[in-house]
This record gives sequence, C-alpha cells and structure tokens, in this order.
Amino acid sequence: MSTVENVSRRRFLTGGIIAAGALVLGVRYYSKLSSGDKLPHDTNADHATLHPSVYLGIDPDGTVWIVASRSEMGTTSRTTLPLIVADELDADWQRVKIEQAIGDSRYGDQNTDGSHSIRSFYDTMRQAGATARFMLIQAAAKQWGVPASECETDLHVVVHRSTNRRAGYGELASAAAKFPVPNREELKLKPKTAWRYIGKGEVSYDLEALVTGEAVYGMDARVDGMVYASVEHPPVLGGKVKSYDDKEALKVAGVHQTVAIDPFKPPPAFQPLGGIAVIADNTWAAFQGRKKLNISWDNGPNENYNSADYKNELRDTTHKPCQVVRNVGDANAVFAKGGKVFEADYYVPLLAHAPMEPMVALAEFKGGKVTAWAPTQNPQGAQDAIAKELGIAKEDVICHVTLLGGGFGRKSKPDYVVEAAVLSKKVGRPVKVVWTREDDIKFDYYNAVAAMYFKAAVDEKGKPTAWLQRSVFPPITSTFDVNAVYGDPPHLAQGWTDMPYDLPNISIENGPAKAHVRIGWLRSVANIYHGFGIQCFTDELANRAHRDPLDYLLDLIGKPRTIDFNGVNYPNYGASLETYPWETGRLRRVTEMVAEKSGWGKRKHSKSTGVGIAAHRSFLTYVATVVEVEVNDKGEVRIPRVDTVLDAGLVVNPEATRAQFQGAAVFGTSVARSGQITATKGAIDQSNFQDYTVARINEVPSQTNVYIVDSDAPPAGVGEPGVPPFVAAFCNAIYAATGKRVRDLPITNYGLS
Amino acid sequence: MIQLKVNGLEQSFDGDPEMPLLWYLRDVAGLTGSKFGCGVGLCGACTVHVNGQATRSCVAAMRDIASKEVTTIEGLEKNGLHPVQKAWMQINVPQCGYCQVGQIMQAAALLNSKKKPTDHEIDEAMAGNICRCGTYQRIREAIKAAAGETA
Repeated sequence: MSTVENVSRRRFLTGGIIAAGALVLGVRYYSKLSSGDKLPHDTNADHATLHPSVYLGIDPDGTVWIVASRSEMGTTSRTTLPLIVADELDADWQRVKIEQAIGDSRYGDQNTDGSHSIRSFYDTMRQAGATARFMLIQAAAKQWGVPASECETDLHVVVHRSTNRRAGYGELASAAAKFPVPNREELKLKPKTAWRYIGKGEVSYDLEALVTGEAVYGMDARVDGMVYASVEHPPVLGGKVKSYDDKEALKVAGVHQTVAIDPFKPPPAFQPLGGIAVIADNTWAAFQGRKKLNISWDNGPNENYNSADYKNELRDTTHKPCQVVRNVGDANAVFAKGGKVFEADYYVPLLAHAPMEPMVALAEFKGGKVTAWAPTQNPQGAQDAIAKELGIAKEDVICHVTLLGGGFGRKSKPDYVVEAAVLSKKVGRPVKVVWTREDDIKFDYYNAVAAMYFKAAVDEKGKPTAWLQRSVFPPITSTFDVNAVYGDPPHLAQGWTDMPYDLPNISIENGPAKAHVRIGWLRSVANIYHGFGIQCFTDELANRAHRDPLDYLLDLIGKPRTIDFNGVNYPNYGASLETYPWETGRLRRVTEMVAEKSGWGKRKHSKSTGVGIAAHRSFLTYVATVVEVEVNDKGEVRIPRVDTVLDAGLVVNPEATRAQFQGAAVFGTSVARSGQITATKGAIDQSNFQDYTVARINEVPSQTNVYIVDSDAPPAGVGEPGVPPFVAAFCNAIYAATGKRVRDLPITNYGLS
Repeated sequence: MIQLKVNGLEQSFDGDPEMPLLWYLRDVAGLTGSKFGCGVGLCGACTVHVNGQATRSCVAAMRDIASKEVTTIEGLEKNGLHPVQKAWMQINVPQCGYCQVGQIMQAAALLNSKKKPTDHEIDEAMAGNICRCGTYQRIREAIKAAAGETA
C-alpha cells in the first residue's frame, strides 16, 4: 500500500501539525476516490498506456503497474503474485508498482483463504505478463522493420541482437497498445532457465512501510467526517436485546448516540450479530460509553450450551457407528474376530483466530451506495453481504482492501464490515467500527471442536490389519445452514477421508454435531484435528509395538502409490486429481528427508528430551515434521528444535515459504500449548490474552529449520500446511520425553505447560 | 490541559485525562503507527517510549504522561531508519507486520539498556510482545544483527 499513496507521516509530524481529527492520512490515501474522471474501481493499470490485462499496465515512463487482487495478511501473496507477472514480462522489479484491487468480480476469485493464491493464479499471472511482453515485441519489430521472431526481451527492454537495437518498455508502450491483445495460444511462456524471480523470490513489497509504521491497516483507515463505534453484542449466539438503558453511556464525553442493531436471522452467515452500538468522537470514548450501557438480554436457545457437557456428547457419538465416508475392505469383520485391538479417544477444543489486528471496518453509506475500507480476506464476500443486508445491488458496494493485521481465516468472514455499513446507514455518517480484543475472542467463527475415536486391530508386528476412525464435529456449513450437522466433503477431505495408509481394511466415519457457536475456517481448518488424531494414534501404535515411530510411519504409508478415491467424495481442495493426485511417494519422501535432516535416531538425547515425528498432506502440500522437546520435572516444555520438510510443488517465493513454515510452528505451538475456547451457558469463557494465551517468544521453538523439496510439480499451498504435522509431532515428542500421551488438547490437561 | 512532547514536539491535550496515550496518538494526533491489539497491556502492539522507557500506551493514561517525552515509531529515527528497523528489513522479519512496530520499539529500548543482549535477555525483554504470525525466530536474529553480532 505504501506506494499507492505513500503519505509521509514523518512529514506530517515534522511539520508539527498534530491537530484533533487530523485527516491527512485518510484523505490522501483514498484521494483517488473523488478525483475527477476515474471511476471508483479504476486502477492505475486501467489507465496506463499499455493495458492488456486487468492485472497489468505500462506507462510511457516505464512504470509497470501490477494489480494485487488478493489480500495481504502476511503470506506475501501481494508481492509473490505480481512477481510472477514481472518475471514473465521480463520487468525490472524496481520499476514495478503494486496497487491493491477493490472487491471486483473481474479479478476472479478474491477470497484469500485455502492456501491457493499461487496455485489458482500462477497461470493467470504468467499469461498477463506474457501478453504484455508479446505486444511490446510486436511493437519493437514493427518499428525496426524486422520479424518479431528475431526480437527478444532483456530486463525491461526489447532487443534485436543482430542489429544491436534496444527499446525500453516505456517508449514502446504506446505503439504496443495499438496491437491486438494476443490469444492465449499465441503466447510463448519463458522456459524455467530464463526465470528471473520465480523460484528465487523477493521480500515483501511493503517491507519498509511495515517497519516504519507507514503501512495502512484497516485499523488505520480514516475518511473525513467519520465517527467511531463500539458494539455490545449479545453474549450468547442468537441472543436479542430485551431492553436497554443508555442514559449513563450518553453522559460520557465524546459519545454522540447509541444505535440498536437488529439480531440476525438464522443462519448467522456473515450477518452482524446485533446488539447496541455506541457512536463517539474517538475509539476510547466509544469503549467507555459502551461500558456504561445497561442491557437486558434474551439469550435464546443456545443458553443451554456448556462446552464441558458438549464434549461428552461428542465423545458418546464417536462411540457408536456413524456415517461411513470411505471404506476399504471390511474392518468390522476383522474386529469381530478378536485378537489384539487398540482404541483411543482424541479431542481438540474450539480455537479462536486472534489475529493481532482485531476486527475493524470503516464504511460510508451515501446516496444508496456503500463504500467500505476493511482488512478483509474476502472483499467480494463483503460486497455480497452488505448488499444483502441493506437491500442494495452488489455493484453499489465498493470494498477497498487495506493491509490485514493477520487474518488466519477470520477475515474471510465479513460480518464486521457489514456491521460498519449498517451503522453508517443508521447514523448518516462514515462509521468506523472497532472491535476490542474481548469482542474478537468472544465473537469469533471458531475452528470446530472435534472428538475422534480410533480403533486398530494389529498383527504380530503391530501393523494394523483393520483401522477405524470416527470423527464428530459441528461443521462449518452450520454457519450457513441451520440444519447442517455432518461434516461436508470438502472438510472431511482435510486429512480424514484421505487418511493415506496402505492397509487392507479401513473404515472412515463421521457423526453428527449441532453447532451452538459460529464455526469457521482457521488456518489449516479440519486438518488441525484430523492430523493430530491420526498422527498421534499412529505413534501410539508404534510405541505399543515397540517399533521406531519413523519406521512404523513409513511402513503404514507403504510403497509409493496414488490413492484411489473411486467411490469417495473427495474434493481435493478444489483441484483436479489429475493435476494434483494424492501421491504417497511424496509423503514418504518428505518423511525420509526430515528424518535425515533432523538426525533421527542418530542424535543423542538426554532423559528429559524427546523427539516426535508426523507427516501430513494438506492444501495439496506434503509436509513432515520432527519436533524436539525438553520437559523438566515441573512439566515445563521447551522446544529446542524443529525440522520440517515440505513438498509444495513449484515454490515461487522460497523465503516467504520458509517464513510461513516457521510461523506455522509457532501457530501450532499456540494450539498445542494452550489453545482452548470454552463456553458456559452459551457464553464464551475467555476474553483476552490472559485466558486465551498464544505463544510468546520464550515458549516457541528456538530454531525451526525449513527444507523445501525441489519440484516441478504444479504449485500448492504454503500458508496452512505447516500447522497439522507440527501439532502431532510436538505431542509425540512429549510422549517420548515423558510417557504422557496427549489425547486431549491443549497439553495443560496433562499438567504440562 | 496536559502538556507533553511527542517525537520532540510540544503538544497539549485538553480531553479526558483518563484516555490512554494510544488513543490520543491514534485518534487525536493522527499517529497510527502504534497499534491497538488488546487494550490491557498484554500484547505489546502499542509499545512506545515514554522518557526512553518502553511503555504500553494502551494502558498509560494521559494524566500520567503529563510533561513527559513520548517517542513513537514515527519519531524513532529523525533521518532514515533506526538500526533496529534496518535489521528488521535485513532479516526480513515481518509477515503481516501489525505487531512489528511494537516489537521494534521494544527492541530499540532493550538495546538502549543492553548493548549485546543474550538469548535469555532477549526472550525476557520481548516476552510481552505477541506476534501471532510467529516471527519470533527472526526477531531474535534481528535484535542480534542490530546489536552488531553476526546474524
């Protein structure tokens, strides 16, 4: 964002102008909104001299505008996708300017979730770059009177080698624009050997802005005349305001008014939760006014929800036969024969996202139209949800995307953006709604709580002859359909129906669970609990058989093969099984590699130390992780070292990818150490970082070594796949160190911290 | 009327003296580099320097800032980048970046008091600053780089 409108707050400051309600930042940053002949959705790329694609434009001065259509929440997609365009264009990265797209269907899907930005847009970005390069070459060839086939490109120039002629992209832009935009079939993509940036990567385009505080997040967005809002939501999902008294709230200096927001009509989807909003001059006044509200609630049917009882209900369901979602052979026939059988119950509680920037959005309703500025992963979803809520057309909603202070899936759900739009309509001014951390923790779309039951009959070597796994969790679909209780195929496909072991008899089942809170995607989603359950139960069986967990894991994965999903509803993360088959050989390879890299079985460990291993494929990426822990006699767990190997096919930005996997180890540490949301009488018990603790610098792995498999396979995800194997390997390491088998997360349930 | 200095400039404030410094900086002074993360001093995203000390501005009431000198990220270095900011770029620390301003202010205060902090000292000084993206390993490296060690 910094270059779009790089407003210098330094200048602002050194000028000594610190005025109440200073709007310099906001007005400048969004000045394009009101300037002259441009439509609100226009980009500089649209208005560039050469504009062969919605993603790209070239000006006569050689500036290359590249549109980032997906949201930046820390994965570097805002840099990495434009980098692919620049590579295929042979553009000088220093002359590239990135601009952030608003929500607009012309960019295709913009919901930045599911670790698929690169996978889904790799070809599109290459074609955009190649298209412009093709036209620039045509223009130069015509100018020089030579065949286009004799021309090539070098950094930001077209070259005719035999006559030693060169022309810059800027000077060719105008002539190139006169040529027709070529068909995809006419394009010749660069060979791998000629790649400049793909596979080498680049640091974030916003890096300097991020360290100077100049980066603009949703929390920093402002426009003229805006007011601030803080909303007291119903403490129980589906609750309603019975009555309220705002006399004291209105006495708070700076508070203008209070506004009631209607409760949502089930299902919740992306509707605002309802409640009472306090509108004020500044954020602090809105917070203070809110504390003085006196509200009487009707809590509704979810008032009877207690997470402790609910856990028992889920567990009971897993102990009875459930819906079979994948079957191989006849596991029950083997169990009926008796013999050596092991069973285990696993459990993962509700988890909150807790991105560092709480939910926040600014919206202005004016003349029947809405303009919003939000840190959203899903600007088109925000357009849809606002349009629906206010009864206006989607085209009448403009959603600007700021930088996101973390997302992890929470900001794919634009309820808070809709809330700002609803409030602006009621107040008649631009409204910035700011959620507190307490709001964020208490009113999340939580990662589902899950109970799992495993049963294995084993042969004399401890290898399963029959394997049963049953999971029960309130599905994400319940957020959009009040009747949904079973896991839906896309989420069952996240590490459950694709349990990869080569075993003769497998039964994979799923049972029903009714949701009492909003359930949503969180980084790695269902893979968190599925990966944990399967990989830890595997470690249990290895230890029961007195076998090395690595050898045992490889034995179960079996020989390299492609998993046959015939008869199974397996959506494969929306990718075709032809392009992205499930190859157990790749899972084997990362497992073998991580063993080697971590010195598995070779390094000496003290008595208080243990190492654990786990392997998991998610978002089409194969990952294996070895975690080393050290546990003292007080049960305090340290993590001296983590090694992780990933095969994500072609990796465009290796440095950013390593960062994602280092981050995943930290995210996984939070999940395993302390991640837990509970509820009493329908209301969430946790509120802030004192009771929903996330990992701090002294609790995380001291060293996470990340190794990337060199691969020409099509690109796969990197933001999410690191979490699931980390959690399992961490718990397996704890078993190795202490003999304590963690089956119920978090580890605090076992006297560990 | 509360008098204070922000990034070297005299300022006065006549609003609610209980207003935390963070909201004065962000909503009144227009300095949005310091971030709101938790509001109760648990995450460190709002860290600024008050008379040179790393301070959680979300829990520091304006009444207690009277006649003090506040330095925010916008004023950390008058010309160019502070060594800690340079190290942050060199080690490529940020992911989403939201917490990094607070991390940088905390690290700069640490290096003011300890020229060459050990791993343990770094962990102790930085344990109040949460990074949900999980950049801690790089934060440690960057602090060492800024301290002039080989990263």
